[in-house]
Amino acid sequence: MNYDLILGITNIVLISTTPLVFAGIGELVTEKSGVLNLGLEGLMLVGAVSGFISLVITGNYLYSFILSILSGVVLSSIFAFFVLRLLTNQIATGLALTIFGIGLSAMLGKKFGGTPINGLSPYYLIIFSFILVFLINYILYKTKAGLIIRAVGENHHSAYALGYDVIKTRYLTIIFGGVMSSLAGFYISVCYAPMWQEGMTAGRGWIALALVVFATWKPWRLLVGAYIFGGVAIMQMNLQAFGVKLPGQFFNMMPYIATLLVLVFISSNKMRLKLSAPASLNIPFEKN
Amino acid sequence: MIKIQKRNSSSSLIFYLSPIVAIFLTLFFGSLIFLFLDLSPIESFKIFFIGPISNWYGLSELLVKASPLALIALGLSYCFKNNIYNIGAEGQLTIGALFGGGVGLFFYDSNSIFLLPTMILFGSIGGAFWASIPAILKTKFNTNEILSSLMLTYIALLILDYFVVGPWKDPTGYGLPKSRPFSDAGRLPVLVDGFRAHIGVYFTIIIAALSYFIFNKTLFGFKLRVTGFSSKASKYAGFKNDNLIIYTFLISGACAGLAGIFEVSGPIGQLYRDISPNYGFTAIIVAFLGRLNPIGIIFSSLLIALTYLGAEDAQLFLKIPSAVGFVFQGLVLFFLLGADFLNKYRVLLR
Repeated sequence: MNYDLILGITNIVLISTTPLVFAGIGELVTEKSGVLNLGLEGLMLVGAVSGFISLVITGNYLYSFILSILSGVVLSSIFAFFVLRLLTNQIATGLALTIFGIGLSAMLGKKFGGTPINGLSPYYLIIFSFILVFLINYILYKTKAGLIIRAVGENHHSAYALGYDVIKTRYLTIIFGGVMSSLAGFYISVCYAPMWQEGMTAGRGWIALALVVFATWKPWRLLVGAYIFGGVAIMQMNLQAFGVKLPGQFFNMMPYIATLLVLVFISSNKMRLKLSAPASLNIPFEKN
Repeated sequence: MIKIQKRNSSSSLIFYLSPIVAIFLTLFFGSLIFLFLDLSPIESFKIFFIGPISNWYGLSELLVKASPLALIALGLSYCFKNNIYNIGAEGQLTIGALFGGGVGLFFYDSNSIFLLPTMILFGSIGGAFWASIPAILKTKFNTNEILSSLMLTYIALLILDYFVVGPWKDPTGYGLPKSRPFSDAGRLPVLVDGFRAHIGVYFTIIIAALSYFIFNKTLFGFKLRVTGFSSKASKYAGFKNDNLIIYTFLISGACAGLAGIFEVSGPIGQLYRDISPNYGFTAIIVAFLGRLNPIGIIFSSLLIALTYLGAEDAQLFLKIPSAVGFVFQGLVLFFLLGADFLNKYRVLLR
C-alpha cells in the first residue's frame, strides 16, 4: 500500500466518523446523568433537515447551523419534559422521539430532496469534535459540574439529599445530548453529503448508542471506538482494495457484536459494572 | 396554584381512558399539521383514516398489517408485564423469517402438505432462539436486555441481508438481492380468494384469547404481574425470576418469529431485505397503546395498521410523504405516555 492511499483512507475515515463522535459524546453526557435517550436517530434527522432547509432558504451557514441546533434544543426539551416531569418510560419516550423525528424530517424535507447546495468544509467541525471530546472529558472529571452530573447519574437520591438539583442537571444534559445529535445531523446534510435525502443518517444514531456502551461511558474511549467503528465501515466499502474475501455484512455487524461483547464483559462482574455504567441509568427520579 | 399529588392507587378509569385521550390529541395535532401543509384537515382525515377501509380490499389490507403488529405486541406484553424491556422484536421477526423461509427455500420444489407447518414451526423456533440470547445474557451475566436486544436486531438484519445477497439469492433472479419464491405448498392460505389477508389472522386471534386466559386465570400470569410490580415481593414469594425472564423472552420471540414467517410465506412469498416495515418497533407502540391487554392490543393494532394504510393513501392522493404515518405513530405514543401521568398523579387547582 502506498503513502497516498493511506492518506486518502485516513481522510475518508476522519470525514465519515465525525457524526458518530458528536452524537456519541452527547449521548454519553446524557447517560452519565442517568438518562437513556433512544431518540438519537430522530434528533439527527431533524437536525439534518432543518440545517439543510435553512441553508437553502438563507444561503447562510451560520443561520443554518443555529437552526439545526435549535431543532435539537426544542425536541430534546420535549423529551426531557416527558421523562423528567411526567416520569414517562425512557425507552418508550425515546422510541417515540425517533419515530416522530423520522416522520417529521421526511415531511419537512420533501420539497428539498435533490436541491443542490454548496457544502461547508467538514474540517472545521472535525477539529471541533476532537476539542469537544477533550473538553467533555475535562468537565466530567475535573470540574464541579462534572461531579454533579456523575453524582446524579450514580445515585439520584443521594445527589438530591446533598442539595443538587437532579431535574435541572438532567434537563441540561438531555438538551446537550440533543444539540450534539442535531449537530451530527447538520454535519451529515451540510458538510458530508451535502444534500438532503429521507432517512439519510442511515442508522448512525443506533451506532452512536452502541458506541457509548462500547466505550464504557468514557469520553476518550468513545473517540477511539468511533474511529474503530468508522474505520471498519470504510474498510467494508473498500474490501477489494484490502484483498479481503469476507462478506461486507460481517464487517457492518462488527460494531454491534463488539458492543454486545463489551456489554456482557462489563455486566458479568458487579464491581466492573459499578465502575462503568451509571447506576441510575434509565431509572426515573421521584422526590421522596 | 397547581399542585401535583401522587395517587395512592392508580385510577383504572384513567388507565383505560388515556389511550382514547391520546388518540384525540393526536388527531388534533394531526389537523394542525395538515393545516400547516395547506390541506383541509377534514378532507385529509377522510383520505387518511376513512378512505383506506371504505372497501373490502382495504379491510383485507388492514388485517394484513394489523395481524403481525398484534401478534408481536401480544408477545411483547408478556415481557413488558414482567418489566423486561425486549425491544428487539424486529430482529426476532427477521430470524424467524430466515429460519422458516430457509426451510421453504431448501424444499423449494416440494408440494408436501407438511412444508408450510414445518416452515411455521421453524419460524417460531427462530424467533425464540434469537430472543433466548438476551434472555440468557440477562439471567447469566446480568446484561441489560434493552441494549443487547437492540444490538441483536441490527445483527439479525445484516444476517438476512447476507443470505439474500449471497447464498440464497435466486439463481434466476437477474442478480437482484431476493431469494427464490417459495413453492405453492410453502405459501400461507388466504382467507378469501383475491384478497391478501391470510390465515395468520386466526393464529393472532387464538394467541390473543390464550394470552387473555394466561394473564387472568393462571399462576404463570399471576407470577408475571407480581414480578412486574415488585421483583422483591416475587422473590419473597419464592418465584424463580430467572425462569420467568427466560419464558417471557421465549414467548415473545416465538410470536415475533411467527409474525416474520407469516409475512414471508404470506403476502411476500420470498425472502428479501426489507421484509418488515418496522413492525417490530411499531409493535411496542401497539403493546403500550393496548395497555398490555390482549383485547386492547387487538384494537390498537387495527388503529396503528390504519396509520400505515392512511400514510400510503396520503402519499398517493395528498402528495405528502408516507412518513406522515410515523408522525402520527410518534405523536400517539407521546400523548399516551404523557396521559399516563394523570394515572399516577392527581393535579389539584387551589
